[in-house]
Amino acid sequence: MSEKIYDAVIVGGGPAGLAAAVSAYDNGAKKLLILERDSRLGGILLQCIHNGFGLHYFGEELTGPEYAGRFVKQVKKRGIDYKVNTMVVSIDKAADFGEAGLTVTFGADGTEHVVTAMNSTDGLMFLRTYSVILATGCRERTRGALVIPGTRPAGIFTAGSAQRFVNIDGYLPGRKIVILGSGDIGLIMARRLTLEGCDVKLVCEVMPYSAGLSRNITQCLENFHIPLKLSTTVTEIHGRDRVQGVTIAKVDANRIPVAGTEEFIACDTLLLSVGLIPENEVCAGTGIHMDPVTKGPSVNQRMETSIPGIFACGNAVHVHDLVDFVTNSSLLAGRCAAEYAVAAEGVFRSVPCHEPAVNSQAPVIIPVCPGNRVRYTVPQQIEVDDAFKAVIQEIREGASEIPKIQIMFRSTDVYRNVTIFIYSGNDRIYMKKVRIVRPGEMQTADIPASALVNVTGLLTVSIETPEDMID
Amino acid sequence: MVNGSLLLSTQKTGLGIRGQMTDTLYDAAVIGAGITGSCIARELTKTTAKVVLIEKENDVSCGSSKANSGIIHGGYDPVPGTLMARFNVRGSSLYPELAKKLNFDYKRIGSLVIAFDEKKKVLLDMLLERGFANGVQELRIVDSDELHKMEPKLGQNALAALYSPTAGIVSPYKATWAFAESAVINGAEFMRNTSVHQIEKDGSIFIVHTGHGDIRARFVINAAGVAADKISAMAGARRFIIKQRRGEYCLLDNKCYSLVNHVLFQTPTELGKGVLVTRTVDGNILIGPSADDQSADMYEYKGTTASSQADILEKASLTIPDIPRGNIINSFAGVRAVAYTAGTGGNADQPVNDFIVEEDSAVKGFFTAGGICSPGLSAAPAIAEYMLDLLGKAGLDTKKRSDFIEERKGIVAFGPAGTKKKLQLIKQNPLYGQIICRCETVTEAEIVQAVHSPLGARDLDGIKRRTRAGMGRCQSGFCSPRVTEILSREAHIPMTSVTKKGGTSFVLDGKTRVFSGSGGNEE
Amino acid sequence: MTCIICPMGCQLEVTRIQETGEIPAYSVTGNTCPRGEAYAQKELTNPTRTLTCTVAVRGGIRCLVAAKSKIEVPRDLQLACMQVIRRISVKAPVKTGDVLYEDILNTGADIVACDDVESK
Repeated sequence: MSEKIYDAVIVGGGPAGLAAAVSAYDNGAKKLLILERDSRLGGILLQCIHNGFGLHYFGEELTGPEYAGRFVKQVKKRGIDYKVNTMVVSIDKAADFGEAGLTVTFGADGTEHVVTAMNSTDGLMFLRTYSVILATGCRERTRGALVIPGTRPAGIFTAGSAQRFVNIDGYLPGRKIVILGSGDIGLIMARRLTLEGCDVKLVCEVMPYSAGLSRNITQCLENFHIPLKLSTTVTEIHGRDRVQGVTIAKVDANRIPVAGTEEFIACDTLLLSVGLIPENEVCAGTGIHMDPVTKGPSVNQRMETSIPGIFACGNAVHVHDLVDFVTNSSLLAGRCAAEYAVAAEGVFRSVPCHEPAVNSQAPVIIPVCPGNRVRYTVPQQIEVDDAFKAVIQEIREGASEIPKIQIMFRSTDVYRNVTIFIYSGNDRIYMKKVRIVRPGEMQTADIPASALVNVTGLLTVSIETPEDMID
Repeated sequence: MVNGSLLLSTQKTGLGIRGQMTDTLYDAAVIGAGITGSCIARELTKTTAKVVLIEKENDVSCGSSKANSGIIHGGYDPVPGTLMARFNVRGSSLYPELAKKLNFDYKRIGSLVIAFDEKKKVLLDMLLERGFANGVQELRIVDSDELHKMEPKLGQNALAALYSPTAGIVSPYKATWAFAESAVINGAEFMRNTSVHQIEKDGSIFIVHTGHGDIRARFVINAAGVAADKISAMAGARRFIIKQRRGEYCLLDNKCYSLVNHVLFQTPTELGKGVLVTRTVDGNILIGPSADDQSADMYEYKGTTASSQADILEKASLTIPDIPRGNIINSFAGVRAVAYTAGTGGNADQPVNDFIVEEDSAVKGFFTAGGICSPGLSAAPAIAEYMLDLLGKAGLDTKKRSDFIEERKGIVAFGPAGTKKKLQLIKQNPLYGQIICRCETVTEAEIVQAVHSPLGARDLDGIKRRTRAGMGRCQSGFCSPRVTEILSREAHIPMTSVTKKGGTSFVLDGKTRVFSGSGGNEE
Repeated sequence: MTCIICPMGCQLEVTRIQETGEIPAYSVTGNTCPRGEAYAQKELTNPTRTLTCTVAVRGGIRCLVAAKSKIEVPRDLQLACMQVIRRISVKAPVKTGDVLYEDILNTGADIVACDDVESK
């Protein structure tokens, strides 16, 4: 219960949190604190010992620990404070800090937040801060959520859990492996377990196409002669104490198992790589608006959630394919959080609590909606506030540098030779041709701010196929 | 063998090391550490009797007591005059006090038996009559208006319901652990991984042959769940048949807790109370069970099936039309023991339709508490009282000790504690400051206590049942490496020897490097 | 074949154009950048990969360090390299870039650390 007020508290010390912290620092926010639940900074990258990271951001191919290491170095170089083995319990939960005798005096427009966190040495901490950056990453979908029938023996792991045992602790999950799910984590683990001496029997994928990068199909499966069975799923798990085998079966167009196609595969381990879900336990009770499709918070072009001063970045917002993209959105979030904190501090210092905020009008919100063949967009809205209006004014007056707003989105299926359109009502404000879009590969559309000058209604992002174009 | 290296318990076992014959003569040997056996063991330790609780699995509550609805029933369902009726009502009345003394969660949320058509409405009146005959308090019929106020998400066709305000919910495995641990605190010996394969009588002494050697006891109490018929046959006692009825469930994320406010039943059928929807004491929503009679070749099969999972959701949708299936976090199955007498001359086996709680007429000193299906959980404390009574009549000295310890502390949970208490806990024990299971807010201190408590966990599932670590939405995806490390460290077993549930359920299979391997205890 | 140089994973069509001669030549289409052409050529004559792995650490605060081969090793030697790596260990402290093992299986590739491990 200190009097210190941070500029930003960053929840999560993985690549998102690290980049956000560095960017916040470089944009004027010096009082920072990174809170990380694991024993060191670096996040999930620390167990991703394969390479493929950094091609976009650094122009080199790095392993996960190397990529993380570069940002950890940047954090340490700037002397940014951090705590490890520390879990954030809640944000702005009065029930948590009220009892502890902490009274929070909020800034003129409610700009202060309280992060409740805990560890063994500091106990429970109530950290006052102007801004919060949520960088909590994502978790894996489980067997329980898939309701796979059968017994509950030992030997069932999510791919990430197994990855941790193998790469961090040095233990094998088993010897004869079946992998369900051909997402990149499943493919990477197929190779990793083979290199470690296991017999990876096959990879099953319920969809008719693989969710992972095609390069991983080659270098993880084909190069090690591991079969990939598409349109196939696990229909039963066998074994009392330990997995004895699984039953696999083909599925139809509706992903329903086809009777008569069952096959028993003897194995002692089942690895599940069946989806990642943004991890947002910490948002519960805050009232932050969550996007039901992404399962992450809805954000605007500043990576700010529906609660002013609470920003989010990285996989906590939506699952990215490459950490390079995580870094980009996190640098943005860090900068915006810093700008927010600096402004808030000014307001807080100069305006006594009981006076209303001066002069700001409510910002215009432009929702960004998924249109044809688009599953979701991030950000979910663009906020045209005073700062944005000022930018637009500069553009009208002929400013040379036109900032861009990047919209990230995913297609609902695989489509070839498509055109990305962004419409505001009937006005087309953006168009781009793309050779192929896949659900597993995030797409981006960079809209110049000038295109938004006259927009008042909602924006729709659509993918149109060649057939649609023929009138 | 895995457990040979567990030096954690300083209790002397009557067996010595690796099954040598010893001279210990127990007064009572209870076979089976489910809710029934654990309650009986605790009841016995109120006397000066020397008690041993024998369990074939690696922990208590690994049978039916692990996977059931967790309901302490009002008592209107069993037929008046049966042991089920008598023990249900008596047992339910004991739970609130016992939950306080033994520190397990009990919530009196009340239950509703809902009629969805006029014909079923008549059944409600029948249950009401039964309830009164059984001595159930506060039962009444509620009409549609009141019912929908009590349960806003209820299906529209719900016409009326029988409301039993005294019904409650517990965590059945936490309750079982509490009773068994109380018995251990009061001097009972607990022998895990001990399978009974033969029972002999030497004069007036029983010799129970187990996988770990022989146990000598004056009295034997058979509380062996789905194996009760086999144990009874071993002793040459009454021949009955236990048929297993598998019950599948699914569990919803605790963010759905407001879906229902009470235990919601549909009107009962011959197979039992039917599919229910209820809040659990931990805040999840539980849906089930199915009623799948298992053939002998599926002995103790506790897997789930696609068909039963679909079935329970379909049946439950009559009660709650909008079940959010995207929020299912787990599914599981339990097996109930249903007693039958063998059909003679080619006739079908006949259901006993009651508990079997008796001293055997032929084999004196051999007692059975068998066929304990629903309302077994509710009835267990009352079955225990009655069993003690029977033992007294058979010659056991049942005078109550003055030094019996009524209370059991259990583990002080961090998650539900208020802020002041949390600060205090961390101050007293810094391990309370280290959260291991994020989904359920379980700290390292609690996991360590789960291993070291008087009846501690020796495997991951045992830790899960005592602390809830791994029961949340990520289903131990995040915490299992850490819990495995802590168990390895605290129980002094190598990481590669840690099991999920005893036996050969090893979590890991060897080290990746010749020279390494992290975690609690390296080889 | 799929090009694995970058996450784009261009689908390549490769045809042998030279019937005789010691070094076979191929014509490559489908690549988006010149690296794809070079990759196809190499993949059919001398396929190599960067081997990523972990190496055991003695006396460190952690028991494993992430590591990789400094240059690519022959694709089909990866499993054999792992046989060697499984049996070695290094002493802490380890810094990113440290050479943990030289010239694995005569490939000319050193195994270098990708992470730091401080001494206990």
